[in-house]
This record gives sequence, structure tokens and C-alpha cells, in this order.
Amino acid sequence: MRYDPEQEPYVALRTKALESLLIEKGLLSTESVDDRIAQYERDIGPLQGAKVVARAWVDPAYRKRLLTDGTAATGELGIPAGPPLVVVENTPAEHNVVVCTLCSCYPWTVLGLPPTWYKSFAYRSRVVIEPRAVLQEFGLEIADDVTVHVHDSSSEVRYMVLPERPSGTEGLSEEELAALVTRDAMIGVAKVNLPEGDR
Amino acid sequence: MNGVHDMGGMHGFGPIVREKDEPLFHAEWEARVRAIMNLSMVDGLFNLDAFRYGIEQMAPADYLRAPYYERWITSVTRNLIHNGYLTSDELSDYIERLSGSAPSPADLDAVEQWQPVAACIEPPRTQPFSIGDAVVARNAHPVGHTRLPRYARGKRGVIETLRGSHTLPDANALGIGECPERLYKVRFEGRELWGDSAESNSVVHLDLWESYLLPAPV
Repeated sequence: MRYDPEQEPYVALRTKALESLLIEKGLLSTESVDDRIAQYERDIGPLQGAKVVARAWVDPAYRKRLLTDGTAATGELGIPAGPPLVVVENTPAEHNVVVCTLCSCYPWTVLGLPPTWYKSFAYRSRVVIEPRAVLQEFGLEIADDVTVHVHDSSSEVRYMVLPERPSGTEGLSEEELAALVTRDAMIGVAKVNLPEGDR
Repeated sequence: MNGVHDMGGMHGFGPIVREKDEPLFHAEWEARVRAIMNLSMVDGLFNLDAFRYGIEQMAPADYLRAPYYERWITSVTRNLIHNGYLTSDELSDYIERLSGSAPSPADLDAVEQWQPVAACIEPPRTQPFSIGDAVVARNAHPVGHTRLPRYARGKRGVIETLRGSHTLPDANALGIGECPERLYKVRFEGRELWGDSAESNSVVHLDLWESYLLPAPV
């Protein structure tokens, strides 16, 4: 099979060569690579985080445990432990947003793999110096009297935002609440809203 | 190192572009690179700090041009070569075998420029900081790996959480060892970091190791 730069980028060839070489050396197997990819696609994702948020909204004791020890509290819901997880809570006076300016650290145990914008140079460079302007770009106006807290993930500790529960959701079940929670709200670039028709 | 990866506060990257209904991976090779990196790390072929350092050592222009997972495969390759699991010749041969003519990746030439190995350095402080202590992030510019962003160096902050003992990335990235140190969550006011350019009522929090910090002068 000849390499055709028209068909695939050079980096795809590099990847193929590296994988083949590592397999030949007995350091890797095709199956283990396939299995790992299947895990990314199947086992992790923002549904885990949404489940955590909904539980925290309906169960004040759980909310307290979650804010004290995010790793243990997410473990209670069957989420396997990864790097230490710290959950920071949005309130009417405090808004939290998460970034990794140095690379792309992300709370993958609860949110899965990061979107490209989270890893982008624009987001990494800007959100620490002009968080309100960045949030505005995401459609989020933060009032002047609300403190914006930017968490720059410089250690192995990972951050997830516990968004505010929207009003008008008093009658919803935990499952219905979880369905409202978006990945962006748990990064801190969005709020959780009721669907258009229900407002 | 004062690399281009240390982007906090830089200007010129434009608006944040979001992709609607973004797939998990944009191409099969991206998924395979991620899996290869993860499996190599789980198998102990290199550690996460060395992986990050490998990315940081890309030439700034290459770093900025390369897609995300190309930065990953560059570092995976460099780490595997550095740790003796393969040679750049072996990889070049394989690339040629698969392609007929494609050249080997140019960035492998720089692998030799890795930092030399030394021993753990005891942090000069023995008395730990306490919550509420005023600190200054060191104005240090190490050529190796560090997790103290440039925008915080020399700036005053306040200790807000004690995180216990954590592997020091600066040492671990170079293969010196874990050299664990106390880690603190430190709060920096936007105005302290950005002066008059700061937005009102904004705060940045960083997790910083003890050797990154000094007691603030009274």
C-alpha cells in the first residue's frame, strides 16, 4: 500500500508507522489500541458529569460531599477515579470557568474528551486575561458584581463546575434534570437553561 | 521553559471557534494517537510530565502549525526514542517502507537536546504555608519543564487550599524522579496579574508547588 499525500496527511502515515513498529517490538497490540478507542467512544462523556450535577441539585448532603471531595462523591455514582477532581460551585455571586493555559488538562472522568475549542490557542490565551469577554462570546453575560473565578488547571487536579439549578425546574425528576445539563455548563462557559418552549 | 505553549494572556489568536456537533475525533489517526499515548503511559514507557515536556520542546512555529494530535505523536515519538524503545532510524525505515519515498519527520532531529538528569532538589522552605498566607510566585525562568505559567511569575497571591503532597512535574519530566512537594491552590486577583488591563472583579486560581512560591514581603 503506497502512501498517497492526496488521500491522507503525512501525520496519518507517521501514526501508522509508529503503531506498526511498536507492535513489531511487542510494546503494543492492535486490539489494545482498538479497545482503548472503543472506551473513549463508549465509556466516558459529559453524561457522567450531568448525572453528578443532577444528584447534587436534588440531594443537599450529596452536594456537600461533592464540593468537599469530588473524586469520592463521583465515585459514589460509579464513576471510576482518575486524577483528583475538585468541583467548584456557581452561585448568584460567583461564576467559575475552567481552562488549562499550558496544555489541555480536562476533567475527563466526568466530561469525556475536551472539545477542540477548549484546546484552542484562543481559549487558552484569552480566558485568564479577559474571562468576561470570552464568556460573552459564548453568549454569557456576567454582571459586574459577580466575581468571575478562572481555574487554570496547572496541576493534576481537575476542575468541574457545578452550575446553578435553573428556576422552574422544581417539579423535574433527577433524570429530567440531568438531561438539561450541558458539557459547556460544566466547563463554565454556559448556564443551564430550560428548553425554549418551557421557559 | 518559556515556550509558546505557555499562552495565558497572549494576544492575537482571535475569536474562539466552536464546531457544531463536533465528533470525538476528526480522523482515525487522531484516535489511534490518543490510544497509543495512553497505552504507552499506562505501560510506563514514559510519564505524563515528560509527555508534556516533549510537546513544549517543539519549535514554536511547529507547535503553532501542528494540529493537536500531531503535537501528541511528536512527543510520544520523542519520548520513546529518548527512553530507548525505538530509534529514529527504525521509524524512518518504517515510514519509507509504508510510503516508498516519504521523508522521516524532521522534528526527530532535536531529540538529543533533552535536559540532563540530576537529583531531587529539596525545596528551601521546611515550614509549610497556611491558608491565608500571602505569597509571591517566584520570578524564575527554568529551561526545563515547569507548571508555573509566565503570567503568574513575580505576582502576589494568597494560599487558599492545601492540596497535600504531589509529584513535582519539573523533576518528573526530566526523569529525575517524583520529588514530591506540597501543592497549594493560590488565588491571584485579576488586577495583580494584568494591571489596568484586568477586567473588573476577576480572579485566577492556580495549583502551585511549594518551590514555586515565596512568602510575600510584608
